[in-house]
Amino acid sequence: MRITREPELYDPPSTATRRLGRQVLIQWKAVGRAAMFTGMGFLYFRYMFSHRNRHEVFYQMFITGIRSLGVLTVVALFTGMIFALQTGLELARYGQEVHVGGAVTVVMLREMGPFMAGMILTASVGSSVGAQLGTMTVSEEVAALEIMSIDPIRFLVMPRLVAFTIMVPLCTFYTDIIAVLGGGLVGYTQFGIPPYLYYDNALIYAETKDLWIGILKAFVFGVIICSTACYQGFSTTGGAVGVGKSTRNTVVISFLLTLIVGYIITRLFYA
Amino acid sequence: MIRFDNVIKKFGHRLVLDRFNLHVKKGETMVLVGTSGAGKSVTLKHMVKLLKPTQGEVLIEGEAISATVGKDLQRLRGDFGFLFQSSALLQWMSVGENIALPLREHTSFSDEEIEEKVRSVLAQVGLEDAIWKLPAEISGGMKKRAGLARAIVTEPKIILYDEPTSGLDPVTSRTIDELIMHLKRDLGVTSVVVTHDMISALTVGDRIAMLHQGRVVEVSTPAEFLHSKHPEVRGFLDAQYISSDFLK
Repeated sequence: MRITREPELYDPPSTATRRLGRQVLIQWKAVGRAAMFTGMGFLYFRYMFSHRNRHEVFYQMFITGIRSLGVLTVVALFTGMIFALQTGLELARYGQEVHVGGAVTVVMLREMGPFMAGMILTASVGSSVGAQLGTMTVSEEVAALEIMSIDPIRFLVMPRLVAFTIMVPLCTFYTDIIAVLGGGLVGYTQFGIPPYLYYDNALIYAETKDLWIGILKAFVFGVIICSTACYQGFSTTGGAVGVGKSTRNTVVISFLLTLIVGYIITRLFYA
Repeated sequence: MIRFDNVIKKFGHRLVLDRFNLHVKKGETMVLVGTSGAGKSVTLKHMVKLLKPTQGEVLIEGEAISATVGKDLQRLRGDFGFLFQSSALLQWMSVGENIALPLREHTSFSDEEIEEKVRSVLAQVGLEDAIWKLPAEISGGMKKRAGLARAIVTEPKIILYDEPTSGLDPVTSRTIDELIMHLKRDLGVTSVVVTHDMISALTVGDRIAMLHQGRVVEVSTPAEFLHSKHPEVRGFLDAQYISSDFLK
């Protein structure tokens, strides 16, 4: 699959309807191309542990997961604490603050864990992938790879796709744990709920299904973020301004798709 | 070796190559000159199928690269080394790793053999000390030389140079010219050089092709080129204060 593309020039559309139609076609083409990048990236998974790829795969996993742990810890801890505080204050009006543990755990496992991990990794790693591939595209590094017969999908996309599909679910699990711990801390200090009661309550409400669906969501979010970033990066034109635009598009599109797809998965499994 | 047969290239309605014909012979250095937008870089990109002709064919040793895909394209591209205007070195890899990349990807050489080969081509371009440096840590001229080392490490039959001296000072430019001539002499490669720099063109070229509005308007040896009566050629030479006795 060719990554270096020729500029696509069109006549200015004569009517608003034609303009709309053209935009739909262009966007549809973009979706198809991003899907092809992703599909081919998955096909190359068979080479992930080969001698020439494994170093890059582990490096991308390190960047995506380990380097994001600091910010994930802070955000997850405070989200859990805020959520426990807000829920606890409301439940306390009815003398039911003991249920804080269940509320925090269910919300984190089902929705907030994957969503927050997805958002943070989009902002920190997805944007950086979009910018890096964008810079490589405008400075002809991607074209150089193609001339050297090095497939940019295998060389650049596959290691990032492996990293995102493995590390976003792991980061989600980590986010869930830290947020539940944060909730427990507030439950104990603010509402006097003993830790054992908090966790007993959490285990009453939360099901294994919640955990697995959360992890599934995180996997899908990883694919979305990586394919959006790679597509935007490879489609960059116009120098530094183009790189800025690709980075912005990566973040905005990943956010929107994460929200929409997150809703669809919830609807599929819970409604 | 490289032949363009009536190639037409359009971007939208804009005609960039207009029934373009060119023949580069084996072992020669062909220089493409012309004003910006004349189609020089587009011509070069057609040779490695970074662009496809709208009409016509680009033949590499009789094989239409414009029609090849997959393994055949990979094999044909294997005959090429390409020096980009921006050098296009991967920024996160050291100079040595950049040069080793095509060897690691396409050969079964051991790490020791690769290092030996990398050191050998770095010595050829005078960059032995830069092996562990990152591209961001070296000058523009050194980047060009590192890009050239990467282009020649696989011992290609054809080397394409896109503006090899642009953005360089005159001394470094002449060093690059000397390198191009050395490579032709030592490796016997066929070269195509795109440049605006007439001193460079007259120094390294066996033949010079002048492009104007997507067509070749003159192909001649440097000596004949200097005495050309074609208005585009004269304008190009006069703009760089190149007189007809330059080669003397």
